[in-house]
Amino acid sequence: MNEAAAKPPKRSRQLWLWAALILIGVAMPWVFYDWHTARQSGFVLTMMSQMGMMVIFSLSYNMLMGQSGLLSFGHAVLFGLGGYCTVHFLEAAGHHSFPVPLELIPLCAGLTGLGFGIVYGYIAATQRATAFAMITLGLGELTTTAGIMFHHFFGGEGGISTDRTNASSLFGLSYGASVQVYYLILAWTVLAALGMLFLTKTPLGAMANATRDNFERARFMGYDPRRVRFLQFALSGFFAGIGGGLYAITYEIVTYDAVSGALSANVVLMTYIGGATFFYGPILGAILITLLQSGLSLLSNAWLIYVGVLFIGMVTFAPSGLAGIIGAHGPLARAGRLGRLLVPYLRLSIPAFATLIGFSGAVELTSFLTIGEAQGKHLVLFGETIQVWTPQPWIVTAILLIGGGIWLRRECRAFARIWDDLNADLKDRSL
Amino acid sequence: MEIVLNPLLNGFVYGMLLFMLASGLTLIFSMMGVLNFAHAGIYMIGAYVAFDMSRLIGFWAALIVAPLVCAAIGAGIEVWGLRRTHHNGHIAELLFTFGLFFIIERGVQMVWGMLPVPYRVPALLDFPLFRLYGVDFPAYRAFMLLIAGGMLLAIRLLLTRTRVGLIIQASLTHPQMVSSLGHNVPRVFTLVFAGGCYLAGLAGVIGGNYQVTEPAMAASLGPIVFVVVVFGGLGSLSGCFVSSIVIGMVQTFAVSIDGSLADLLGPIVAWIGTDNLAGEILSIPVSRVGPLLPYAMMVGILMFRPRGLMGTRDT
Amino acid sequence: MEAPALSLKNVRKNFGPVEIIRGVDLDIARGERHAIIGPNGAGKTTLFNLISGRFPISSGSIALNGTRIDQLPPQNISRLGLSRSFQITSIFHRMTVFENIRCALLWSSGYRYSFWSPLWTQKALNRQAEQLLDELNLASRRDLQAGLLSYAEQRALEIGITIAGGATVVLLDEPTAGMSHSETEYAQALIRRVTEGKTLLMVEHDMGVVFGLADRISVVVYGQVIASGKPEDIRNDRAVKEAYLGALTE
Ligand SMILES: Nc1ncnc2c1ncn2[C@@H]1O[C@H](COP(=O)(O)OP(=O)(O)O)[C@@H](O)[C@H]1O
Ligand SMILES: [Mg+2]
Repeated sequence: MNEAAAKPPKRSRQLWLWAALILIGVAMPWVFYDWHTARQSGFVLTMMSQMGMMVIFSLSYNMLMGQSGLLSFGHAVLFGLGGYCTVHFLEAAGHHSFPVPLELIPLCAGLTGLGFGIVYGYIAATQRATAFAMITLGLGELTTTAGIMFHHFFGGEGGISTDRTNASSLFGLSYGASVQVYYLILAWTVLAALGMLFLTKTPLGAMANATRDNFERARFMGYDPRRVRFLQFALSGFFAGIGGGLYAITYEIVTYDAVSGALSANVVLMTYIGGATFFYGPILGAILITLLQSGLSLLSNAWLIYVGVLFIGMVTFAPSGLAGIIGAHGPLARAGRLGRLLVPYLRLSIPAFATLIGFSGAVELTSFLTIGEAQGKHLVLFGETIQVWTPQPWIVTAILLIGGGIWLRRECRAFARIWDDLNADLKDRSL
Repeated sequence: MEIVLNPLLNGFVYGMLLFMLASGLTLIFSMMGVLNFAHAGIYMIGAYVAFDMSRLIGFWAALIVAPLVCAAIGAGIEVWGLRRTHHNGHIAELLFTFGLFFIIERGVQMVWGMLPVPYRVPALLDFPLFRLYGVDFPAYRAFMLLIAGGMLLAIRLLLTRTRVGLIIQASLTHPQMVSSLGHNVPRVFTLVFAGGCYLAGLAGVIGGNYQVTEPAMAASLGPIVFVVVVFGGLGSLSGCFVSSIVIGMVQTFAVSIDGSLADLLGPIVAWIGTDNLAGEILSIPVSRVGPLLPYAMMVGILMFRPRGLMGTRDT
Repeated sequence: MEAPALSLKNVRKNFGPVEIIRGVDLDIARGERHAIIGPNGAGKTTLFNLISGRFPISSGSIALNGTRIDQLPPQNISRLGLSRSFQITSIFHRMTVFENIRCALLWSSGYRYSFWSPLWTQKALNRQAEQLLDELNLASRRDLQAGLLSYAEQRALEIGITIAGGATVVLLDEPTAGMSHSETEYAQALIRRVTEGKTLLMVEHDMGVVFGLADRISVVVYGQVIASGKPEDIRNDRAVKEAYLGALTE
């Protein structure tokens, strides 16, 4: 799958895609508008707001992971500290000692993120690769442990809360309604994404890629890789801080969760699953994971297991993530031969579906055996309660999982053959 | 004396537990270049499996079987997982084990629930061995020391007296050279990985009832084990041992000290007051700063001496 | 008198107990094309690593245009106008060929760590990169990932990256190694063209290239320069013949 071997798509087409994405963002609250109550769906708004923050957050993470080849296990620290500071800003605004309108408070959060990025970046940038990952892990643990200790700033276990309507508004909005907050988030998401896209096209962005590929060679071209790492880290702190600021504005409370290792882990998963080698990959990842989080977590106790398995699958089979999978179809699509893959994909989808059902069956049955049991829940499927203590559901699951798996393997091989043939054919023609 | 001796003893027990985890991790890391995130997950599995088994077949059988289960899991991970991501580089391998840890953690929550399980010390060892300055020293801790010491001896013998051991030793300091030795490298890797997981599992069996067997046990111990490995230095088992004991001591000692910086700087703090951030930082008792220390040590050593205490090469 | 472009005085280097470079003295005048030859393992690459700052020297001194550089990190040496290529191709695999070249131009064009100047508007920079691609005969590969180039193309790119920054002293480590006869000829012409007016220090095994390009030749054997002089002198030097050329013609 040599996605880079072919010509990149035209810029105009990319522009259209971006515009469409923004348009969807703008229209979404109205798609789920409830005309009876004359209100937007709260669920959709919350989810979309969360998506916006996570898009910013994972894009900022990808400034390290995809663009600089740096694996950070403490990125939530920058996000969360931006959030904590925002709560303090809003509180100060309540005492009329912080005359910044709400629309610009995310910028202040970004600046605090930048500040922390400079401090942490100075420390972390001394190393690269595994040592860098370990330093960020250590810094993350340090900060979270401290977070529980210092009541004044972090508010201890309960976190600190505020009221976003404390702040004034440039446009005279109250920001009492969450739809107003959503549009604020959307605006900042677009701005931040454009900012980060811009950064990839500057000398620093280019050298970040260069130090990722071959840090030693970069030194012989006059660049200090440590400096490059530091700047990337600090700037990514700026954007993470913006995300954290929006988080604080949305939820009006920031707790330990916002700096925690769990969120740091989440952003690794999001970014990688979306595709770290492409700029837009993390956007896909953030949207997908947030969707799963909002949708799947309602349905299943074990939704994080699915995310974990998806992640491992990506690491093993598709290291360039969803974006990479999509991008790999580019050459075929441009040659107008994507149709040839329709039947192979259909053939692939049947065993894939069976395996998926088998797998989720196994997970759900286990989960109902334990957690469900404890919570007194029952597994209901198509209106029928499944008895998880009887062997039948387990046997069906095992057959689906194992049989589907074996079948899927065979189909995958067949698919790979067709795929290779098609692409080889394409290459022959272009030469 | 009493404020020194008791923490010293407990720090030593904890340090030995850390060493059982860290020795496997450092072997894997030094040889294969993979920092195995799932290692603490295996430790947790060891504890939970031992809990289940000790109810079915008793603690002593679990002590034998649970680590073997972990070793088998480890071998499976290496053969079916890590080996396939190997060609994508160390970062991909790291991410693989990271994802694995994520799954293990959620899986354990799913299977055994979110609450701690009542995994207890076996009745046979549930008595105080001796009293020291009014504090009991449980027999089980002595047993832990025995197991850990035995393990240490076994590793030493294995590394110095067997063929595989010699290969492993050579590859600790010169990992690139192993393949040119003409040995079956993948087999050695699997062996080391499974061996490391065996140790982690064993640590889980004896650590699960020493501490608390709960889903958070891996996440709280995992980073500490990384600290130990990084602090000790790559490619050095003795460094790993020393740093295990040091970290174990640091943690137990810090917890047992009641004072704070404010006690030393009394007048200054009185002047600053304790209701602001600076005053708060100064008046935090050392016992609460304790958990921070290992991480501060790790960050510091990585910044200034990336090869660790006794390492032969940079992390 | 003008200071030599590069001046090594009693340079020594040991890895652990083994001394690999055992007291090298070498002066290279400005504008000179100097070839270093010697058997494998003689320490030629190590010498380059010392000059370019990849490894610290154990003792001695190295000066570039009269300035001591032996304590500087590679990036600072590069900024003083010394550039090197690698025997084992060292390029940016996941970036396009064009981006590779452009990166190599950045520092010398004064962009430093700028994160405010969008590259797509830098007309002069981009034109310069395109021009260099033309010169390297890589224009048709402009948007290909560098890792997907053929071996000879990667070697050309390696040379391109090395000379792009406009260094006045260029070190090339076996630029034609592993190339076919015609590729070697092409590379030789390329090197001659792109190092016009520069000081060139080159490790090379192909005697055709050496005698075709070099004004002066030094022979390094076992970490020492055993002979240094004009090509015809070296060709006739007994010691060299015994130590090195003889081994080749046997
Ligand atoms: N980083 C290093 N550590 C230890 N020994 C090295 C290192 N680099 C090179 N050497 C040794 O130095 C000697 C000279 O190597 P090199 O300079 O590459 O030779 P040449 O380029 O002349 O073929 C070799 O014996 C090699 O093993
Ligand atoms: Mg060489």
